[in-house]
Amino acid sequence: MNGRTLNLLGLVLVGIIGLAVMWLTPRLAELDTVLDLTVYMIMAILALSLALIWGYGGILCFGQSAFFGLGAYTYAIAMFNIGESTVPFLLAIILPAAFAALLGYFMFYGRISDVYLGVITLTVTLILFNSVNSTAGPEFHIGAARLGGFNGIPGIPPLNWPFNKNAPIDLEGMFYLSTGALLLTYFGLRLLLASQFGRIIIGIRENERRAELLGYDPRAYKLGTFTIGGALAGFAGCLFANWGNFVSPTIFGLAQSAQIIIWVIVGGRGTLIGPVIGCIGIQWLSAALGANQPSGGSDLWSKIFANAPLILGVILIAFVLLVPKGLVPTLGDLGQMLLHARRDRKQRSLSPQQAE
Amino acid sequence: MTAPLLQTHDLSMHFGGVKAVNNVNFTLAEGELRCLIGPNGAGKSTFFKMLTGQLEPSYGEVLFRGKDISHAHAHEIARMGIGIKTQVPSVFDGLSVRDNIWLASSRLHSGERARRLVDEMLERIGLTHAADRIVGQLAHGQRQWVELGLVLSTDPELILLDEPAAGMTHEEVQKTAELVREINRTKALIVVEHDMQFIRMIAKQVTVFNRGSILVEDAVENILRNPLVRDIYLGKQAAA
Repeated sequence: MNGRTLNLLGLVLVGIIGLAVMWLTPRLAELDTVLDLTVYMIMAILALSLALIWGYGGILCFGQSAFFGLGAYTYAIAMFNIGESTVPFLLAIILPAAFAALLGYFMFYGRISDVYLGVITLTVTLILFNSVNSTAGPEFHIGAARLGGFNGIPGIPPLNWPFNKNAPIDLEGMFYLSTGALLLTYFGLRLLLASQFGRIIIGIRENERRAELLGYDPRAYKLGTFTIGGALAGFAGCLFANWGNFVSPTIFGLAQSAQIIIWVIVGGRGTLIGPVIGCIGIQWLSAALGANQPSGGSDLWSKIFANAPLILGVILIAFVLLVPKGLVPTLGDLGQMLLHARRDRKQRSLSPQQAE
Repeated sequence: MTAPLLQTHDLSMHFGGVKAVNNVNFTLAEGELRCLIGPNGAGKSTFFKMLTGQLEPSYGEVLFRGKDISHAHAHEIARMGIGIKTQVPSVFDGLSVRDNIWLASSRLHSGERARRLVDEMLERIGLTHAADRIVGQLAHGQRQWVELGLVLSTDPELILLDEPAAGMTHEEVQKTAELVREINRTKALIVVEHDMQFIRMIAKQVTVFNRGSILVEDAVENILRNPLVRDIYLGKQAAA
């Protein structure tokens, strides 16, 4: 089996599993499970946005939550002003993308080095957090939408079918929409990465100087990648604002931006399916640990297990130290090792017969 | 009179008080093959970096077919037609040989044509059998060939080779010399090399760098006989 068939098999498998989850879940599971899964799918889109720009573009962005939050806030604010979701939906993608393009322009064309890029993006999301956090008074409003400061914006109207205000999308519909969007994002990114543009951004990640000496302008390619990542994060933010009908400044916070990086580290940089698995797995684990909390006993162990951030911290450290490549690439390496070992054994058992 | 292919006027690169390259006036004609020699630290690699936009000169200018490129970006210079093979092979280590060559080729060509040109280039650099291997896992000599393939795939008018024979076996050196001569039938080259055997195989005109300046420029036979050159650099190697 060569690389290409393996690749194709993987794609088909992802498609089948994705469609099966999408079709079966609402039929088999309770509504609260469907709700939980919806937010996992939305966050997985966010994870994919960083998987693209960090894992493939080599751009270390610590503030992917900035674009996510901008998407959510843009949708909320536009929705209160317009009342019909087609334009707010588009704005929630366009505005974060434009913001990413502007920020990226200054960072890449200013030749900011990798480490400072991380610092700047983190600072941007924290500035947004602090700014939005301090807009609690009634004087802070954009049109009909009150920003609400640290209280956030509650009661955001849901998405409706395009141009049809009277056909809002219900909870089950949101699940279909989010899962479908995740699948589309995944396959869209696979297509992008197989295109000339995608192969060049991988080349730039591998050796920026060489790409430059071949005549490619790394700044333009990085800017393109960063803008697509911003658009995707904004799209996820729009879905997120819909899911809870609520958005608050914590969406820009340190915890949120760190989480996205953890998903990608755990799942594996340089893959797309890895961060999706990392994202869903960690969210599921956080929820499972969180559920322990009220019933937690008084002995030390149950107290430790009830502390979700502590457990997640341990998992992150364990991954960075023991599985630095992340889950999916490491499993891939293991599989390849097994395959080689089997081939070697086969050859060894064949060779005496060939000698006869 | 048409402008020479490449010309530098008082080209200088100063790092603090260190004059890595100082007032270099260098001219290369269309289609010429020039060898650049000189001891370590003579400024050859710095000179190359200024020609390709990797370093911006402190003073002076670089003219490529009469156009000033001293402040152009590396990718712009590459698009004008200067290709470089760097001293330490600069390749896409995590990708296969085929993907490496394709990345170079796809700046000019796309689709089926790009794929065909990649196959031809693989044949030309003798790596068809290793096309699907990851470049980072190849031997040093083979990675040099991959880099040569990258440079040739962008079809430059002027090719700069920084120590192309370093780390190669005797046969590989001969093969490289043949390739350099073959390239020179259609393109101009500047070759930096320490290996005198290799210089003898390819060179006609040689420029000697010393302490950031051009010491002497002459035909290869005269350079090898020049006592001044022996003193600063050749010494034992030429006698051997």
